[in-house]
Amino acid sequence: MSADGQGRRHWFDDEAGPVVRPYAMTRGRTSSQGQHRLDLIAVVVTEPHADDPEADHMLAPEHVDIVELCRDAPQSVAELAAELDLPIGVVRVLVGDLVDAEFVHVNRPVPPAELPDESILRDVINGLRAL
Amino acid sequence: MIFGRSERGKPPVEPVTLKILVAGGFGVGKTTLVGAVSEIRPLRTEELLTEAGRPVDDTSGVEGKHTTTVAMDFGRITLREDLVLYLFGTPGQERFWFMWDELSEGALGAVVLADTRRLEDSFAAVDYFERRSIPFLVGVNCFEGAPRYPVEDVRQALDLDDGVPLMMCDARDRESVKEALIGVVQHAMAYAADRRQTVTT
Repeated sequence: MSADGQGRRHWFDDEAGPVVRPYAMTRGRTSSQGQHRLDLIAVVVTEPHADDPEADHMLAPEHVDIVELCRDAPQSVAELAAELDLPIGVVRVLVGDLVDAEFVHVNRPVPPAELPDESILRDVINGLRAL
Repeated sequence: MIFGRSERGKPPVEPVTLKILVAGGFGVGKTTLVGAVSEIRPLRTEELLTEAGRPVDDTSGVEGKHTTTVAMDFGRITLREDLVLYLFGTPGQERFWFMWDELSEGALGAVVLADTRRLEDSFAAVDYFERRSIPFLVGVNCFEGAPRYPVEDVRQALDLDDGVPLMMCDARDRESVKEALIGVVQHAMAYAADRRQTVTT
């Protein structure tokens, strides 16, 4: 999107949302290096030693938000995106940065093709019944 | 806030997370279903259908619906402090189908919602899960004023395999939705057991 778009029609419609700006937070990156793509339900947990993320000048305010949000209550990638009102892709990049800098770690869900074991499924059924 | 707060110095509980997908045609009640059981207000990115969307979003038969889910829609059920189930409504319109693959990766199973007035809208979802061997259940959402048909007829109209469960449900009703979700997990269990047996024999 280098041109200023004068006299040109946008290739995206309004429903695409703010397409460009959020990726300014990631300095234009759409994926993070050496990281398998994070699942929507991967859980982000703040490391106990990450007590002062604001002191790190490499971090953007959004990075700091994620560290703070996940400190007391680990959160899924989808929830972070909702909470911070950012596209999933942006959250993935930001979390990737934080993993690299060892501010957080990520618990991946059960890998695809490997169904969770039967005892977990039974727990899910019982949990649903008890709702 | 979420997942139970940690007490003084105790590290927070890191839950096991699972997901179930809720699929089906546009306007079939996916968001309603998620909202009926979720402990959080479903995150949704809905926009009013604009003039621009009208030729694309066919609302015939569901004229009462004014908004549609254009991106993603999810809810959460904390079953235990260390066990959390997420429900993801798949984007209803075909132009957002690129998100399906990502959503279905690692999913426990799916509910395909169907509306007897527009059964054909569910074909695509049924097809999708069949082809990817993702265990699913069909929930016929009983809309007021929509004709009721015998289960066997609906099953035949959808050309469902014998093993695929089909049930009548009400996407607005928490108990009904719970039953549907339990059905999916039970089906997923049976499915996994089958698969294990095929591997060992």
